[in-house]
Amino acid sequence: MSVTERLPDTADTRATGGMVDCDVHTALRSPDAILDYLPTRWHTHHRTFGGNGYYGSKYPKSVPNAARVDAWPGSGGAPGSDLQMMREQLLDRWDIDVAILNPGVHSGGSRNLDYAAAVASAINDITAAEWLDHDERLRGSLVVSFEDPPAAVAEIERLADDDRFVQVYLQVRTTQPLGHRKYWPIYAAAEAHGLPVGVHFGGNSGTPITGAGWPSYYLEDHVGNAQSFQAQLTSLVLEGVFERFPGLRYVSIEGGTAWVPPLAWRMDAAWQRLGDEVPHVTRPPSETIAERVWFTTQPIEEPPTPGDFLDLLDTFPSLVDRLMFSTDYPHWDFDDPDHAMKHVRLPDGAEEKIRSVNARALYGL
Amino acid sequence: MGEVGIGMARPAGAGIVDADVHCTVPSAAALFPYLADHWVEQIRQSGFSGASENAYPPGIPTSARPGSAPGDGRPAGSDLDVLRTQVLDVDGVEAAILNCAYAVDTIRNPDAASAIASAVNDWQLAEWLEVEPRLHGSLVVPSQIPELAVAEIERLGDDPRFVQVFLPARSAVPYGRRDFHKVLAAAVERDLVVSLQYGGFPGNPPTAVGWPSYHIEEYVGMASVMQSQLMNLIAEGVFDAFGDLRVSLVEGGFTWLPSFLWRFDKDWKGLRREVPWVRRPPSEYVHDHVRLTTAPLDLDTHRPEAFATLFAQVGGADVLMYASDHPHLHADTGDDWTSMLPEDARAPVLGDNARAFYRLNR
Amino acid sequence: MSIHVVARLDEVPPGTRKVVEVAGREIGVFNVDGELFAVRNRCPHMAGPLCEGYVSGAVSSTTPGEYHFDRVGEILRCPWHQWEFDMRTGQSWFDPARVRVRAYQARIASGASLVATDEAPATTTDAAPPAEGMVPGPYVAETYPVSVEHDYIVVDLLSR
Ligand code: FES
Repeated sequence: MSVTERLPDTADTRATGGMVDCDVHTALRSPDAILDYLPTRWHTHHRTFGGNGYYGSKYPKSVPNAARVDAWPGSGGAPGSDLQMMREQLLDRWDIDVAILNPGVHSGGSRNLDYAAAVASAINDITAAEWLDHDERLRGSLVVSFEDPPAAVAEIERLADDDRFVQVYLQVRTTQPLGHRKYWPIYAAAEAHGLPVGVHFGGNSGTPITGAGWPSYYLEDHVGNAQSFQAQLTSLVLEGVFERFPGLRYVSIEGGTAWVPPLAWRMDAAWQRLGDEVPHVTRPPSETIAERVWFTTQPIEEPPTPGDFLDLLDTFPSLVDRLMFSTDYPHWDFDDPDHAMKHVRLPDGAEEKIRSVNARALYGL
Repeated sequence: MGEVGIGMARPAGAGIVDADVHCTVPSAAALFPYLADHWVEQIRQSGFSGASENAYPPGIPTSARPGSAPGDGRPAGSDLDVLRTQVLDVDGVEAAILNCAYAVDTIRNPDAASAIASAVNDWQLAEWLEVEPRLHGSLVVPSQIPELAVAEIERLGDDPRFVQVFLPARSAVPYGRRDFHKVLAAAVERDLVVSLQYGGFPGNPPTAVGWPSYHIEEYVGMASVMQSQLMNLIAEGVFDAFGDLRVSLVEGGFTWLPSFLWRFDKDWKGLRREVPWVRRPPSEYVHDHVRLTTAPLDLDTHRPEAFATLFAQVGGADVLMYASDHPHLHADTGDDWTSMLPEDARAPVLGDNARAFYRLNR
Repeated sequence: MSIHVVARLDEVPPGTRKVVEVAGREIGVFNVDGELFAVRNRCPHMAGPLCEGYVSGAVSSTTPGEYHFDRVGEILRCPWHQWEFDMRTGQSWFDPARVRVRAYQARIASGASLVATDEAPATTTDAAPPAEGMVPGPYVAETYPVSVEHDYIVVDLLSR
């Protein structure tokens, strides 16, 4: 049986609703806005030593805060820090039913793991108190200090009962590939609580963003995130994470989509030849990907011939059940709900799945 | 012709060019005739085994196709007669591009790396290119030290039996960076193709997220490394700075190209102020300056519809060059895939593209 | 019927911009060192509010590492995906032949000339009523009561 014939459990297309935006960013009004949620033990530390990150990856970028220039609130905070503005520019404007909030502050790149854990908890408490409590359309992603899996598990346990948090949230630039056993406890906890694991663009692990060393320009840093996502998916599949955690669902957020079919086939071909090395991988990688991996759409690829995207999708039909629309508001590479999908010309039915149905099924909305 | 032969009708009018076959240095001792006495003694007395790391561990299924090892203990790819039997003498084959993946970049001693690179090239000349005119060679250079790489290109790059410079895809810094431009310039000056090929041992991880556990992950990931190198070459403006630069991407797949360029072109539209020397959409440089080999195919022959889509989107008739990758073997079905080539793409992919790119008929 | 009074000149001093609505479309009027530009406030890419983006110069290069910066103030960059547009022509930087935003001719006209001349700006249907000091005449400014003592910015919707 060919992979494309075996469509994974397709969501019921009749159970639709308004649009779900799977990648919306919140920000702190100011760096100190976190203090109200941090234990006092960390207050001075936050202002002095800070996270002790993996530094050395600076580029003059294109716009401040990587934000849409028109997304700075009059109130003076950072883009994404003002709920009212988010309503006007996003939620109300496009009649969005559900928005998944992915905090712009993440602690995963901190080498001080205790601080990282404290920041993760603070960010999650802010998400609940300042966002989820104020607008029923919002859902949260659970920030965890992923380089310290026991702490990440504790944070998942702490908040798993709040069902407004719909996924565990990591950044793509980890210190080791995500298939590595170091991270498995996070998957076990996510699986146990029925939470997908979402991995988002960005972060800095100190490792060059390419397998060929540091590139020179922000353009490359931005394009290069796609290769980071490719590496993560490769690792997760070939280190057998999906076999080890049969309930695990993985979401690739803001990492691109069009590379998925070619990578899946490359993995299939490699597995046919070299599978002896990884006996824990028990089925063709493309089948695992088709069933267990979701992808958000922004930044949607824009082929010069718009039909090319659909042609590619046609070769991997199950992706239609795994793509989920996202805007990335308020970031500069935002995808506009009215126009983004025009670049890819989807067939009837597919658009509804991508805008709403797939995300509802995955996140249980 | 063996079970993994080319398996296709000879395209009318022109012969097949195999754009990637390998020769393997059997041992450090094989290089002694080409090394200065000082190095011979040093290698002997220190027990140095040469650049022994191999991006294709011997003995795994991709490394050696059936019959490609000479049977006398030497590794696959080390015997010219085997290459003749399995590739060059196959009906229709006219020429092949010979690549030696000797991992000079693993040798941290720059003087040793340089001496050994020169020895490998002299060995290629004497034992392969000199005796088999259907082979066209690739210069091994100490790519980790741009000045020394330039010196080797200057030493041998004018010899017409070399048609390209071999650079391992993985590197400590990507090859478009300005400190490497002198290497690109030296190649362009001598009308040599710059070839990025599977492999490399720079010491930094092969992925943006650290070291994977298994060979198969690195094997799959080489396609991402190729994307990164191509991205950097374009972003650094080398195709405008060196208008005659030609780059071959060998043994890293090609099916990733369309989606990669869609993203790159899109980002370039908004971020090009940072790299104003990139004056055209990235995809246009690829079409004009870059060719890719077909092995590994990254598709099995059960996906003709996917092949057709990707072949069209890649612009396969313009940018792909057939390669067997002998003695490596990436799929049980060998070259059967060539039956999926559109009729009017057969001649370009099987020979014309490589002939033109490597200027073989001059 | 295409010429519209869109603002009083002193509302858009040099280095500033103002987004106005003219005949049902939003247009950004920019004053670059006294020179006026008018551009549709709708990006041809994903319809972003183009005229809320940065105004910048043209960055070009002949060789890696060289940045040539000129025409400061004449290049408008979309606030979303940062596509660049030449405000003189509306052409995008990356594909001037095929991707462009509508740019209009904008110029200064004295209130006196508007009130008196035959080259009078056009009316629009939803025009504001003439205000005090304005001579009802062959034109009605869209949202601006025009008086003889001031200078105005007029935009020609059919131009360029
Ligand atoms: S909407 Fe203006 S650049 Fe995309």
